[in-house]
Amino acid sequence: MSKWRNSFVFAFGLAIALLVGWVVFPRVLYSHKHQPLDFLHKTHAEKSGVADCAECHTIREDGTFAGLPAVEKCAGCHSERVGESKAEAILVDSYIKPGHDTPWLVYARQPANVWFSHAIHVKRANLSCTECHSTYGESDRVRVYEVNRISGYSRDIWGHSMSRLRSAPHEGMKMSDCENCHKQRNVEVGCLGCHQ
Amino acid sequence: MSARYGMVIDVDRCTGCGSCMMACAAENNVPALPQATARTGLTPLLVRKVSDGNHDESRREAFIPIMCMHCEHDTPCVKVCPQQAVEVDEATGIVMQMPQRCLGCRYCMTACPYHARYFNWWDPAWPPGMQKSLNPGVAVRMRGVVEKCNLCHARLHSAKEKAAGAGKREIDPADYVPACVEACPTNAIHFGDLANANDPVAKEAHSAQAFRLLARLGTEPKLYYKSNEAWVRALAEPNSPQASEVQRG
Repeated sequence: MSKWRNSFVFAFGLAIALLVGWVVFPRVLYSHKHQPLDFLHKTHAEKSGVADCAECHTIREDGTFAGLPAVEKCAGCHSERVGESKAEAILVDSYIKPGHDTPWLVYARQPANVWFSHAIHVKRANLSCTECHSTYGESDRVRVYEVNRISGYSRDIWGHSMSRLRSAPHEGMKMSDCENCHKQRNVEVGCLGCHQ
Repeated sequence: MSARYGMVIDVDRCTGCGSCMMACAAENNVPALPQATARTGLTPLLVRKVSDGNHDESRREAFIPIMCMHCEHDTPCVKVCPQQAVEVDEATGIVMQMPQRCLGCRYCMTACPYHARYFNWWDPAWPPGMQKSLNPGVAVRMRGVVEKCNLCHARLHSAKEKAAGAGKREIDPADYVPACVEACPTNAIHFGDLANANDPVAKEAHSAQAFRLLARLGTEPKLYYKSNEAWVRALAEPNSPQASEVQRG
């Protein structure tokens, strides 16, 4: 029996280590934050007839991205409560009436050393929003915002698969994801092409 | 088309006022640290005072702004970096330092013949409120990494973005002007594309008055200087008797 004991201990230890590394650590690594209110993209697309991302997420004439919609944009339709939901009450009472911008947590925010130009990707390369932002615009639930406790980056940068073995282009926003797409399209830029 | 950005600095026009240093620091979010000295501070652009070595009434002095020379050939910092944190950009010829990749070994500072690289001895800090005026196009560097002049890369980014917005592939040269060039009150710093034979700066770089510092090392720096004074041009080589008089300005 003692002949197998060491192997058993090793296998048990290995299993524990893998479990900690692949399951426990990713859970501990990210802290969870909630958006200020339950905003549903799907409801806006289906019930309110907002057909295009750009109706709220403005891309200016020169291709630059105007940032998250200001509260005035929401006030265009929600100057008074439009429904009975809790989110509606929070939006109108806490943000629209006092005129405060909603403190959205931005899933796609890149680290400070990244220089990204929407103008180049949208106007020159003609990429659609979903190439990088996936189909989040059709989602019917608001996601939990996960933030890396060490780096402070959003989980969307790494993507949701820890192993990243079969990540589609829109499933992560790491440097390697940018590079893969650039390689496919034969767009070579040096380090400072995308860094600042 | 690939550009080779470079400068010609007219030493005869430089009054040593330091506007370029201030503009450089403001553009590139260089921290203002009270504990920093001339040896430990960050001066990606440094105006040095030089003289002809005479100590009588015939003494002549001049000011020479020193920054990264963007060496084209056998770039010393690129060759020694163990992290590949520096590279010569194929499209622009700019020697690009990536502080985020730097491990702080400072080989590049030793290798650089021009002492144009600086080490962040402290975390960046600014007087209260000044953070709000930082340039959003330039990431601040952390303690423990080396930095240097990247030829105001944030301005190249803006120019590229503007060109893309207008549906053009090439940037308008008027949109990409480094901060020091813009700030110089005597118009002593000229910036342009050395690979473009029609560029006035390329022509100026090949004039008889133009010279490069330590050109004999063969690193093909893309920063040229220009002076009508023979003693200033003689400073380009370090073993000349005049050069022993070089001192910090």
